[in-house]
Amino acid sequence: MSGILVLEQLLNGLGYGLMLFLLAAGLTLVFGIMDVLNLAHGSLFMSGAYVAAEAHTRTGSFTAAIVIAVAVTVVVALLLEVLLMRRLYTRDHLAQVLATFGVILVADDIVKMTWGPSPVMAPTPAALSGPINLVDGLPYPAYRLVILAGGLLVALALYLLVNHTRIGMRVRAGASDRPMAELMGVRVGRIFNGVFLLGAALAALAGALMGPIVAVQVGMGEAILIPALVVLVIGGIGSVRGAFVAALLVGVVDTIGRAFVPMLLRATLPPATAADLGPLFAEVAMYALMVVVLIFRPSGLFSARS
Amino acid sequence: MSHPSPKLPALPRTLLSLLLCGAALGGAVSAMAAPVKVGLALDISGPFAALGAEARDGFALGIKQLGGKLGGQDVEFVQADMAGSPDQAKQLVDRMIQRDKIDIFSGPIGSNVALAVGPTLFNAKVPYLSANAGPSQFAGAQCNAFFFGTAYQNDQFHEAAGKFAQDRGFKKTVLIAPNYPAGKDALGGFKRQFKGQVADELYTKLGQIDYAAELAQLRAAKPDSIYFFLPGAMGINFIKQFVGAGLSKDITLVTSGFSADEDVIGAVGEPMLGLFNTSHWAHDLDNAANKAFVAAFRKEYNGRYPSVYAAQAYDAILAMDAAVKQAGGNAQNREAVVAALKKANYASTRGTFKYANNHFPIENFYLRVIGKDAQGKVTNKLINTVLTNYGDSYAAKCPLK
Repeated sequence: MSGILVLEQLLNGLGYGLMLFLLAAGLTLVFGIMDVLNLAHGSLFMSGAYVAAEAHTRTGSFTAAIVIAVAVTVVVALLLEVLLMRRLYTRDHLAQVLATFGVILVADDIVKMTWGPSPVMAPTPAALSGPINLVDGLPYPAYRLVILAGGLLVALALYLLVNHTRIGMRVRAGASDRPMAELMGVRVGRIFNGVFLLGAALAALAGALMGPIVAVQVGMGEAILIPALVVLVIGGIGSVRGAFVAALLVGVVDTIGRAFVPMLLRATLPPATAADLGPLFAEVAMYALMVVVLIFRPSGLFSARS
Repeated sequence: MSHPSPKLPALPRTLLSLLLCGAALGGAVSAMAAPVKVGLALDISGPFAALGAEARDGFALGIKQLGGKLGGQDVEFVQADMAGSPDQAKQLVDRMIQRDKIDIFSGPIGSNVALAVGPTLFNAKVPYLSANAGPSQFAGAQCNAFFFGTAYQNDQFHEAAGKFAQDRGFKKTVLIAPNYPAGKDALGGFKRQFKGQVADELYTKLGQIDYAAELAQLRAAKPDSIYFFLPGAMGINFIKQFVGAGLSKDITLVTSGFSADEDVIGAVGEPMLGLFNTSHWAHDLDNAANKAFVAAFRKEYNGRYPSVYAAQAYDAILAMDAAVKQAGGNAQNREAVVAALKKANYASTRGTFKYANNHFPIENFYLRVIGKDAQGKVTNKLINTVLTNYGDSYAAKCPLK
């Protein structure tokens, strides 16, 4: 096993992890502050991917596509908040899960009506469709480097916003103890609106960036929601730092599971048998990580609530 | 129910009137010439969506040209999207058999779907024309009189590719395919004809889109060629990412027509130029039926070249038309339909071919390369014949005569 192989897989894992972080950050704050479980978060991710693919094809500009995707999704999220989420704050988790699951079904149908049931091709920007030589013997796809850089930048900006600004302080206060924050005069409801829209913007950004790599198709939001929820649980509910660490962990563990476990299996078993077993281990890896973390830290790595 | 009605006498009376109604209806139905009922699976969503859309267009063109009739008989097409999902397909086919009472079935793209719905159709004695999938199971010991692999047997495309790779003199190859029946048939088929070193066999998840993990392993294995079988969106993403990772400089991609047809070319474009692939059909294959089909298809669909999936679906409609005609217009006479199907007596876009004892074709396989046509459009060009009158490797295990 060469160093280059390990390095390349590590980069792949980090890229995936950063995208998971963009999704989980909004989810964990919404859950942490308002105690609202929003399953439709994945639909916002899907919205970002579809709108970006459409805008990219029409305008020919990757940057414009991302801006449009984020803007449109934020408007969608605003409507969602006004029409539905407000009514769910005081309800229990079961009602929230049922209602937001309904949103998923509606969103999938709207997408199917608009773009059809077949996957949509999200173009990779022409300038980024080739490789860049990172080190000798490792040309790495330029587009994936952009995803890595973009994900890191947004994570840094979010870290500064949440940990080093007044707004961030209120957000953290709301997440760790909402009644006390309200007593101290923080208007948690208004903060939540901002956080919800910010979360939607991050989900849309993740969708727009991931579009050219994963297929832009109906149901893509549900597929990625599960790992995002695992990240939320591992990181600790309401903690952006926890979501960041957990997302990178899940990303790397997932890639190790998909890349190295089948390789080791193939070394000892016939390829077809290894092929049957490999994906099992790969899928289990993420949950195994979650179980291990929860055994030692039942409320997650960095729970915002004490 | 305010007054106590005499319940017991009422029940037989109701039953009797129901029976009478049923008899009257039944009489009325049998008095009219019953239309042929054809169940068509359209995989227009799910992992084979792009292929399913091609097949749908091929079916539609054939049906349109025949004026919506088969062998001169009125037809009712019962269409459903199987979404490439065996579970969903099984339910839909059960419904087609029980509620719609279909006489003929065709369609599913995926071999996993074909394997799931096959036994149900065989039990109901519904002739099943597979317009794409050709799983090895149905070619060998589990072959069935009612199943026709009208397109090909899964291994054949890959055996042709293996023969090409062998003739080209590649030394070290890595194989990659999704982990499902057709994926295993593919790699098995390739290895049957390729005698060089197979450095690794990678099986991916069906419907996988991100190949970063596999590409890193390919880079580490340093082969001179890669044989990949990744139909539909899987192949589109694989080729894009393969070029994006800079692997195309040192490694030659070899594939079957499944991953290098018009559906994939339309999505990937220029990076595919020079890609060699094998198929039993090409849009520039020189025979009258094919020329007429390609011209009609391009006229119908804005100058788009048909893919192999469209040609196969179109062929399936022609085969049904011929079979119903040869069975004297009576599609309910299943034995006659099956006997007629077995003759393959129609103008196929592949030219003439015949069936082996297992109802899979004995036909030619061609080498194609992706180039540009006179208008500068990226498309496949036929080069030469790789395998002539080639049957499959399972026919001997099939008990059918």
